[in-house]
Amino acid sequence: MSVIDTPAAPAAPPQPRRRRRPEPETKERGVVSRSDRNRPSVRIWFRIVQTILLVVLIVSGLGPLLWAAKASVSTSNAIVSDPMGIWFTPNEWGNLLLAWNGAQIGRSLGNTVILAVGSTLTTLIVSVAAAFLLSVLRPKWGPWLSGAILATLFLPGVVSFVPLYLTILDMPLLNISLQDTFWAVWLPAGASAFNVVVLKRFFDSIPREYMEAAKIDGAGPLRILTMVVLPLSRPILGVIILLSVVGSWKEFLWPMLVLSNPELQPVSVMLPKLAAGNSPLAVQMAAVFLTIIIPVILFVIFQKQFLRGVGQAGGVKG
Amino acid sequence: MSHTQTARRRRRFDLTRWAQGGGLHAVLFAVPVVLVYAYFSWGPVLQGLVLSFQKTNLILPAQWVGWSNFEYVLSDPGLVQASLNTAYFALLALLFGFPIPIILAVLINELRRYDGLYNALAYLPAIVPPVAAILLWKFFYTPDGKGMFNTALGWIGLGPFPWLNSEASAMPSIVLYATWAGAGSTAIIYIAALSTVRTELYEAAEIDGAGIWRRVWHITLPQLRNVIFVMMLLQLIGTFQIFTEPFLFTGGGPNNATQTILLKIYNYAFINGDFGAATALSVLLALFLGVLSIVYYFVTRRWSRA
Repeated sequence: MSVIDTPAAPAAPPQPRRRRRPEPETKERGVVSRSDRNRPSVRIWFRIVQTILLVVLIVSGLGPLLWAAKASVSTSNAIVSDPMGIWFTPNEWGNLLLAWNGAQIGRSLGNTVILAVGSTLTTLIVSVAAAFLLSVLRPKWGPWLSGAILATLFLPGVVSFVPLYLTILDMPLLNISLQDTFWAVWLPAGASAFNVVVLKRFFDSIPREYMEAAKIDGAGPLRILTMVVLPLSRPILGVIILLSVVGSWKEFLWPMLVLSNPELQPVSVMLPKLAAGNSPLAVQMAAVFLTIIIPVILFVIFQKQFLRGVGQAGGVKG
Repeated sequence: MSHTQTARRRRRFDLTRWAQGGGLHAVLFAVPVVLVYAYFSWGPVLQGLVLSFQKTNLILPAQWVGWSNFEYVLSDPGLVQASLNTAYFALLALLFGFPIPIILAVLINELRRYDGLYNALAYLPAIVPPVAAILLWKFFYTPDGKGMFNTALGWIGLGPFPWLNSEASAMPSIVLYATWAGAGSTAIIYIAALSTVRTELYEAAEIDGAGIWRRVWHITLPQLRNVIFVMMLLQLIGTFQIFTEPFLFTGGGPNNATQTILLKIYNYAFINGDFGAATALSVLLALFLGVLSIVYYFVTRRWSRA
């Protein structure tokens, strides 16, 4: 299947950033042309569709977040009796404190951060090593390795899910158990074929002359990687870091299986337990809000990179 | 003396040439990659195939049991229901969830101002951790008149609906959530693909008098065809492995109405401790998805040529 090797990658090498506010006609025309836009009927329809779309997106995208924010500072009674109420008094700041300390959301958020950072690091190290190996060093056996890595993209995750768990319980040859250690989440995160493909593609687009020049100056492969390749790849590395952090923030099933010790569990595993327990609704909602707010802030800061990254992911898939 | 020296020199020469050619470095770079993939990707896949023919309880050494795991799994009375549910979920997600990102992308792509804002709003649900979002939605889905959705629908005289509490509406409710959670990120992929659509065709069509709708239908969508096919396959593969949503929303209930294949695998492995049955069912599902992908590939290849 040509899912990977179609050349539809918009993963261009470092480009000058686009201006924040482009000139009105810099964007290429779409379905609707300029003359269409000047027709009054089209213009009215456009306004209507735009407004409806905006309202729908605000309600569906922002709505649940705002609602969680509101619920996190309301009383349980107020949440239940008037879920759609817009007027409310944010008087229950204690909810957040209760969730943070009492429900131990603070500690599990800390675990989530540790898991996200560690998973991202292993993903980066392994994927960069693989992509550099396959794109720059190109040993004779490279195609075999590359084939073996790509093959994992096509296997549905479900085949390896249970055996992966057994591997964690008893690592073959090493005979150690990674159960209830952060390694159990960090290490499997490294095997991300998708990131290898994205990175390799980007490394391929870096002009060979840079590396040749560094080689003539006496730089070894490691120096070429750290002084030439990585600095030029900053945009794509940023995208991979962001998507990996948010990805592991959302992880639920795997951490639930391998981290049975509550002191190590991330917030995604703690939340359902909290909901199943008898903590008040307001505290639950405060916990939900605390869980959501950090990735959302990350997204607001780095929107451009996120959206570009997801678009590029589509380029690899399509 | 001189003999051994030359011999050694020759061997050393070969080694250094190999190392200078990057051989040693290549091996050093390969070590972490091969270790991680061997332990956490290739190994488990092979082990999964082996385990499906074994009986193991993690204490005694594993026993070969032939096809009996497969026989056990296939004769499980719950399997038909779980398969039908999973297929039902995939179908609903395809009917309702699949067109929405395309529509969203085409609309956003026509905006000339604030399209970044629209993009960001559309993508927001994809940022929210599913566990937190499901907790919220569970509350929104509260079945009596007090629930959030029921209150809102009550204003226009609808409901109250039982949502997750009835066999008939539990699965559609989960699909509704999944569509909300997934539409934005898929739409972003389509928007990226739309930027590669050749615009001169629009001009040609416009000169020929084709209206806006006909341009979308005859130019935009055909040019997106390949991306659409790939996204559809990826969505199918994803929906057949649905787990978190039914696990957290309903736990498979009410009355097994949202029991899916992956929930069954989870129950075999982590409730019953029957890893053989769990891997056997995993292998069957993976085979099914493999066949599905191959058939899909050949069918869509014919269409994309046409």
